Amino acid sequence: MESASRYLEAQIRWRRLETVFWLCTLLPFVAAPAYLQLASQIAITALFALSLDLILGYAGIVSLGHAAYFGVGAYTAGLLAKHGWGEPLSGLLLSGILAGLTGYATSHIIVRFRHLALIMLTLGLGLLLYEAANSASWLTGGADGLQGVRIRPLLEMFRFDLYGRTAYAYSLVVLFACFLVSRRIIHSPFGLALRGIRENALRMPAIGAPSRAHLRKVYSIAAILAGVAGALLAQTTETVSLEVLSFGRSADVLVILILGGAGRLYGGLLGAILYMVARDQFSGMNPQYWYFWIGLLLVAVVMFLPNGILGGFAKFLQRNT
Amino acid sequence: MLASLAGVLFDGFAYGMLLFLLSVGLSVTLGMMNFVNLAHCSFAMIGGYAAVTLVNSFGWPFLASLPIAFLAAALVSIVLERALYRRLYRATDLDQCLFTIGIVFISVAVAAYFYGTVQQPISTPSYLRGSVQLMGMNFAAYRLFLIVIALAIAALLVYSLEYTRFGAQVRAAVDNQRMARGLGIDVDRAFAVTFALGGGLAGLGGALAIEMVGLDHAFAFTYLVYVLIVVAVGGLGSIGGSFAAAAVLGISDMAGKYYFPWLGAFLIYLVMAGILMWRPAGLFGKR
Repeated sequence: MESASRYLEAQIRWRRLETVFWLCTLLPFVAAPAYLQLASQIAITALFALSLDLILGYAGIVSLGHAAYFGVGAYTAGLLAKHGWGEPLSGLLLSGILAGLTGYATSHIIVRFRHLALIMLTLGLGLLLYEAANSASWLTGGADGLQGVRIRPLLEMFRFDLYGRTAYAYSLVVLFACFLVSRRIIHSPFGLALRGIRENALRMPAIGAPSRAHLRKVYSIAAILAGVAGALLAQTTETVSLEVLSFGRSADVLVILILGGAGRLYGGLLGAILYMVARDQFSGMNPQYWYFWIGLLLVAVVMFLPNGILGGFAKFLQRNT
Repeated sequence: MLASLAGVLFDGFAYGMLLFLLSVGLSVTLGMMNFVNLAHCSFAMIGGYAAVTLVNSFGWPFLASLPIAFLAAALVSIVLERALYRRLYRATDLDQCLFTIGIVFISVAVAAYFYGTVQQPISTPSYLRGSVQLMGMNFAAYRLFLIVIALAIAALLVYSLEYTRFGAQVRAAVDNQRMARGLGIDVDRAFAVTFALGGGLAGLGGALAIEMVGLDHAFAFTYLVYVLIVVAVGGLGSIGGSFAAAAVLGISDMAGKYYFPWLGAFLIYLVMAGILMWRPAGLFGKR
C-alpha cells in the first residue's frame, strides 16, 4: 500500500519539461500575434484530442464517432447564444454538461461491446447524430449552419476581437484547466484501473475493479471534455456548421492522437500542434492531396511508430541513456 | 400503389445485390482473420476504374471489362495482403483500423489525381439499357442483369464453400483458426486466396455499380459505411448472413428514400444500431 501511493505520487509530480511546454504556449501572444486565431483552433483541437485520449489511450475504447459529443457541445453553445444566452462561461459549462449527459446515456451501450461491434456502434451513433442534425434544420440550420450566434464579452470585459487575442487566451485557459483535471484523473487509482481494463478487460473484475462502471465514468468525462471543446469552437468562431458532427472530424482527431501518441497526456496536444500547423501551411493544397499525405502518414505511423511521435521519442531516449 | 411497391422492392433488391457483391469478401475475411479491413471498398474502386478505363479509352465492350475488373482488384488485393496486411494480423483493432483508413485516404487521393473528382460515365450495351415487360410491369434490364449475376455468384460461393475441400478449409478457419492450424490446414494460404477472391468480387461489384450508383473518387468512403453495416448486421464469415443483410438493407434504404425522403440515411443507421445492440455478433453471426 505504501509503495502504491508512493508510485502515484511520483507519477503526479510536475516535470520541468511540462512547465517549459506550458510556458511555450504563451509564446504566440508575443511571437506570432497574426496567428492567434490559428493558435486558438489548435488549443481547441488539442482539448478534443485530449478527451479522445482519455477513452482511447487510457481505457482502450476505440471510437470512430467521437465528434458526436464535440457537436453536441458546439450546437448547445451556439443555440444558447443564438437565443439570447450569450454569456460564454455559463454557456461553456452548460454545453459540457449536456454533452456529458449524452455521453453518459450512450456509455451504457458503448461499454457492452468490443472489437468490430464497438467500432461500428461508435461510427453508427456518430452518423446517426449527424443525420439527425441535418434533418432538424429548423433547429440547427441544417447544411447552411447555425446563423446569428452572438457571444457576449468574456467576464463582461474582454470582447472576442478579430485577431483572436481573447479567443486564444480563453481557449488556452480552458485547455489548461481541463488538462489539469485529466492529469489528476489518470494519475489516480481510478486512472490505474482504467489502464488495467485496457490491458485485460476480463482480469480486472477478478481483482475487484468494476470494469463497466469505470468505463462508463471515463466515457462520460471524455464526452464532457469533447463538449467543452465543441462549445469553445462555437463561441470563438460564432458559427456552428454541420461539419462539427461529421465523420471527418472524428477521423481527424483520431489521426491527431495517433500521430502524437495515444495513452500519453501530451500526445494529443503535440499531434494537434503538428497537424494544424501543417494544414495551415499547406492550405493551398487541394484537400484530396492533403489526405494522401495523411494516409501515408497513418500507414507509416502504424508500421514504424506504433506509439506515435512521443512513443518513438521516449524509446529513443531510453536507448541513449 | 401495388405497382410502386413492387418497383421499390425490385429496385431495393437490385441495390441490395450490389451491396452483397461489395461486402461478401470482407465478411469472410473478417470472419477468418479478425482483420478489420476498412479499405475493402478501395478494391471496389479499382475494379470500377479498370472497367471505366477499358470501356472508355480502349473501346472494350462492357461485358468483357467485367472479368478484367475482377482480376485487377484481385491482383491488387493479393499484393497488398502479401506485402502489408499480413504484418498486422496480430496487431490491435485500432492499428488495423488506422492502417486501412490510411489506405482509403491514399486510394481516394490517387483516384482523384488520375481521374479527377467527377462522376465517371460508362456506356453499357443497348440490351442492358431498356426495360423488360413482365406481368404488366416494367423492370430495368440492367437491374435484372445485376440480380442474375449476384444470384449466380451467391450460388457459386455457397456451393464452393459447402461442397469443396477448399471450402471446408475456409469454414474450419472461420470457426476456429487455431484448431484449423492444429489440424494441418494452411490457414495463411486459404486466407490469401479468400482475400483475393473477396477483393475481386468487390472489384466486380465496383464495375457493376457504375451504371447504378455512379463512381467517383470518394466511392471508397461513401460505400464503406454500407458495406460495414452489411457485414456487421449479417454476421462475420456468413455468406447467407451477408446476403440477407444486404437484401434487407438495400430494400429498406430504397423504401426510405422513396417513402420518407426527409429522414435521409437516418433510418438505416437506426436499424443498424438497433440490430447490433440486440445481437452484437450480427443476425447470423456465431461469435
